[in-house]
Amino acid sequence: MKKIRLSKTNRINFATFGAVILAYAVFQFMSGTGMLSSTIRGQLVPICAYVTMALSLNLTVGVLGELSLGHAGFMSVGAFAGAVAAAALPIDSDPLRLAASMVIAALAAAAAGTLVGIPVLRLNGDYLAIVTLAFGQIIKSIMENLYIGIDARGLHFSFLENRIIFRDGGRMLLNGAMGVNGIAKISSFTAGFVLVMLVLAVIFNLVDSRAGRAIMALRDNRIAAESVGIPVTKYKLMAFVISAAMAGAAGALFALGQNTITANKFDFNTSILILVFVVLGGQGNMWGSILAATFLTVLPETRAMRGLADYRMLVYAVVLILVMLATNNPTIQDFINTRFRRKKKKGGAAK
Amino acid sequence: MLIFLNHLINGISLGSVYAIIALGYTMVYGIAKMLNFAHGDVIMVGAYICFFSVSSFNLPPAVGVVLAVLACTALGIVIERLAYKPLRQATSLAVLITAIGVSYFLQNGAQLLWTSNIKMFPSFFSASPIGLFGGELKITIAAIVTVAACVVIMLGLTWFTGRTRMGKAMRACSEDKAAAQLMGINVNATISMTFAIGSALAAIAGVLFCSVYPTLTPTTGSMPGIKAFTAAVFGGIGSIPGALLGGVLLGVIEIFASAYISTQMSNAIVFAVLIVVLLVRPSGLLGKQVREKV
Repeated sequence: MKKIRLSKTNRINFATFGAVILAYAVFQFMSGTGMLSSTIRGQLVPICAYVTMALSLNLTVGVLGELSLGHAGFMSVGAFAGAVAAAALPIDSDPLRLAASMVIAALAAAAAGTLVGIPVLRLNGDYLAIVTLAFGQIIKSIMENLYIGIDARGLHFSFLENRIIFRDGGRMLLNGAMGVNGIAKISSFTAGFVLVMLVLAVIFNLVDSRAGRAIMALRDNRIAAESVGIPVTKYKLMAFVISAAMAGAAGALFALGQNTITANKFDFNTSILILVFVVLGGQGNMWGSILAATFLTVLPETRAMRGLADYRMLVYAVVLILVMLATNNPTIQDFINTRFRRKKKKGGAAK
Repeated sequence: MLIFLNHLINGISLGSVYAIIALGYTMVYGIAKMLNFAHGDVIMVGAYICFFSVSSFNLPPAVGVVLAVLACTALGIVIERLAYKPLRQATSLAVLITAIGVSYFLQNGAQLLWTSNIKMFPSFFSASPIGLFGGELKITIAAIVTVAACVVIMLGLTWFTGRTRMGKAMRACSEDKAAAQLMGINVNATISMTFAIGSALAAIAGVLFCSVYPTLTPTTGSMPGIKAFTAAVFGGIGSIPGALLGGVLLGVIEIFASAYISTQMSNAIVFAVLIVVLLVRPSGLLGKQVREKV
């Protein structure tokens, strides 16, 4: 039984990799031959960033079973760290500079994730949701009051008001609420594709490892997992910090594809949008997240959907509620099972 | 010294609003064991209803408050029935996601209905403050009313949960739902009642909050909502006196932080308090340590 399930997971994993590679090839071909409209072409890097965000949040929500409502906050940390690093690093080659910036962004977001995770993840209950919600707000007010400049002597930091005095040749990198301006666009669709593949590989390998099984055991029954000697905080923190690091890398990818980024780009709405990707794609289902993130990023840009722009958020809210009701209410579940899955036996107790 | 006292009074008044909101969180959490994210947005709905009944229909403020309370009570019951009741057996993650969905729904529904333009909430209380110490220490009427409302609500709730049949049923449900049901308590009705009370309090809190901070937008409720949750955790979630203590302390901390440290960072400082509380004493100031039964 176990062996069959494992090979099924492997099949799905390889199919996911294959589909991502295929999608990359198709989009690359279409954009090369001019078949994509310029709006969609401009969306290619953000799509990769949002797919990475969705995968990262799915690691927290689907695999770890905790809710993060401040994932945009980690994206923000990554975006600003990445943008500042890209402007400050003395590397000539663009792809190398992008890679280095993304690593720095991932480390910064991982540090933020550790800071949030340590007090919260040792507790039992829904504290992570509210603390990450608060974290998203704190990051916004910190980024709006942070000033970073660079001159020949190195980086200068200033908080709350701009007190940076430059020697000649100095320039501002992060200008408080004005954000980062004049970013050199070094992100590319290929870089985004590599990031998505990398994140997928990390998640699939993590889920299939000893640590991953421990994390999922914690999700399914914390008390039982604890009683067989799984250290709760360690594994929860591990999954959460990895998830935060991925969000940071996605933030850097996103920021380095824009001219300007400001802190309010990464607000509560962004966190909810990413949660909608995960919920709609299915918790713990990675290819579902990729599909949902791609479609929900492209769909609002198409002409047919423009008129519904005002109702978009409302629809997202309804989607969250309805998907939860449909997948968790025993009455509705029974109805679906008797109607559509008569042959299948209900697998494993769903709690 | 007088400036310090002024800040202290402002802090206590703001904290009383947080305390009233925190009560709603704490009661729902105590009974349904769920974090009702939509609570903050019920505050916003209450404030809007009061705003429109006073400024569009020219009703007296008292009627506006009563209408807001009635509407929010109904809203709380409807939300519970449609969104939370079907998920009573579900995992806490599913309930949390639903709750955030409801919160987001209310915010964006309000945005469509009432647009995101700022509405200036009318002030119900006379603007001239009472002066003490030869007029140097000023106490606004709004501050007095807020604190008084908070004290009255707190006493009323303590009496309600301690003495009435319904209140005892609530405490029984929060202790052990299955046992309460075996004793003939209608658990579903009790949970609905809790949501109704919490939402009615949210309406009052909404009006009081907007009397002090009169800019009303569809996202007005979310910040005080998160802060009131912080207050509830600070005081010990599930405990009614804890909500009062936590709310007032948090209000004072917020006002002092913005007066003496930095206005922009006052929110961040308030949330830092939450993290410190979770690190040092996760069960809160007045909460009891409950041992887990397997």
